[in-house]
Amino acid sequence: MSIQTIEDTKVKAFPAKPAEVIAFTAKARRRFDPLAIAGKLASTLVPPVIVIALMLVVWQVACSSPTSSLPPPSQVWNEAYDLIAHPFFDNGPQDIGLAWRVLISLQRVAIGFGLAAIVGVALGALVGQSIWAMRGLDPVFQILRTVPPLAWLPLSLAAFRDSSPSALFVIFITSIWPIIINTAVGVRNIPQDYRNVARILRLNPFEFFVKIMVPAAAPYIFTGLRIGIGLSWLAIVAAEMLTGGVGIGFFIWDAWNSSRLPDIIVALAYIGVTGFCLDRLVAGVGAFVTRGTTAK
Amino acid sequence: MTAYLKLDHIDKSFARGGQVSEVLRDIRLTIDKGEFVSIIGHSGCGKSTLLNLIAGLTKVSAGAVLLENKEVDSPGPERAVVFQNHSLLPWLTVYENINLAVSKVFGRSKSKAERHDWIMRNLDLVQMAHARDKRPAEISGGMKQRVGIARALAMEPKILLLDEPFGALDALTRAHLQDAVMDIHSRLGSTTIIITHDVDEAVLLSDRIVMMTNGPAATIGEVLPVPLARPRRRIELASDRTFLRCREAVLKFLYERHRFVEAAE
Repeated sequence: MSIQTIEDTKVKAFPAKPAEVIAFTAKARRRFDPLAIAGKLASTLVPPVIVIALMLVVWQVACSSPTSSLPPPSQVWNEAYDLIAHPFFDNGPQDIGLAWRVLISLQRVAIGFGLAAIVGVALGALVGQSIWAMRGLDPVFQILRTVPPLAWLPLSLAAFRDSSPSALFVIFITSIWPIIINTAVGVRNIPQDYRNVARILRLNPFEFFVKIMVPAAAPYIFTGLRIGIGLSWLAIVAAEMLTGGVGIGFFIWDAWNSSRLPDIIVALAYIGVTGFCLDRLVAGVGAFVTRGTTAK
Repeated sequence: MTAYLKLDHIDKSFARGGQVSEVLRDIRLTIDKGEFVSIIGHSGCGKSTLLNLIAGLTKVSAGAVLLENKEVDSPGPERAVVFQNHSLLPWLTVYENINLAVSKVFGRSKSKAERHDWIMRNLDLVQMAHARDKRPAEISGGMKQRVGIARALAMEPKILLLDEPFGALDALTRAHLQDAVMDIHSRLGSTTIIITHDVDEAVLLSDRIVMMTNGPAATIGEVLPVPLARPRRRIELASDRTFLRCREAVLKFLYERHRFVEAAE
């Protein structure tokens, strides 16, 4: 027992000193240190590179046999080389690079999601602020939000009689629910103190919305926006498959119809990377806008 | 002469689920312009409710709050409140927090440069001009409360309402802020009502101490004048006979005649 106590005291005695050491390294890190930066970069980049390489190897081995139904990575590289190497080529109306197609899809998402963000935050603020609006609208929202994106498509095609606004509507209706619900929760969680400050200052509803409600609920709003942009990117691909046009979703459908499996695989990679970038973009904007908001 | 602020037979009860609980009954009090009044009582006696009634944040059940003979039943910047937990908006800097109040209250009557000067003057008053670009999360609790006071003062209120403003602060910071409040009161002569449960604080700061009986249906038990000359210095007062007599009177009220009964909760 006594030995253990001595060891314990030793262990406890140490932490006092490393506190200074940490302070020094923090200062040292401010100076340009290529080794430290390279080391940090390697530690973030090496693991995913290894995993991807392993996956490619497994894929190659699994799909190499002549009877395989899916192409191996080497075949994808050879047959879809044009798509991979030249994302921005433009050879006429239906023969354009994948980056153009992604941009066209992104444009649709921007319009549909932008509308959803505006309407969603406004409706969410209403539901969060008014107990009667919540009682009336919340059950409707809870049911509608579970409807899958594509289930809206026939209805919107019938209503708009055109594929382009239908695709926009599908994006809108898919991404609006998490925005509404999160905004409502955020508004409901605004501390009573902030409301009291607003009442003493006699802020009018518009000033209250802009100066108190939106900043106070911003962390929730951005969570909703982030879920919403992910959903709208899911919906655009599905909607374009059915409505046609020149987006990335239609490209996949077109490639499937002409049995160009390597093209589909390249398009999938494009979609994944774009979705990831969108998510990071909204998260980054959210982190920038809400800095300081969560701290008490 | 009519009173500056008059609390005229105020009752307040809250109804929740068919049950009505009477919090305040027949509150009668008049406060003169420039007077410093503290309201003291055990927790749960409705002190904060009373302050919220004066601020207009809660509506009276019966009776009226009259400020310069006009009834007030909604909140407004002429009755500025310093909240117990400062209630600064965390996404705004110190300067912006005060600017929110100043641009709302003086947006039409003062130019932009005048508003800036006014904000800086109020920050100077609480000695917080150095932290103008800091966010509330970056300053200490005492500093936040100073900014809260500056924000309230910047509204140029007819009455300054302080709701247990120093309750969450340590004793030394609290003493500093009490001195700051006394200094501001002597300079501006602002009519001030402070809610407190600290006997020394009440005696040190106020011209009159309003002592509340225990709830439910609490009312004003006694009003004690504090005939101490200003400026008051806490060290000299520590052995001052008037100070000690007032202190004893409040203590006797709170702990002999109206002892807090825990079981009543």
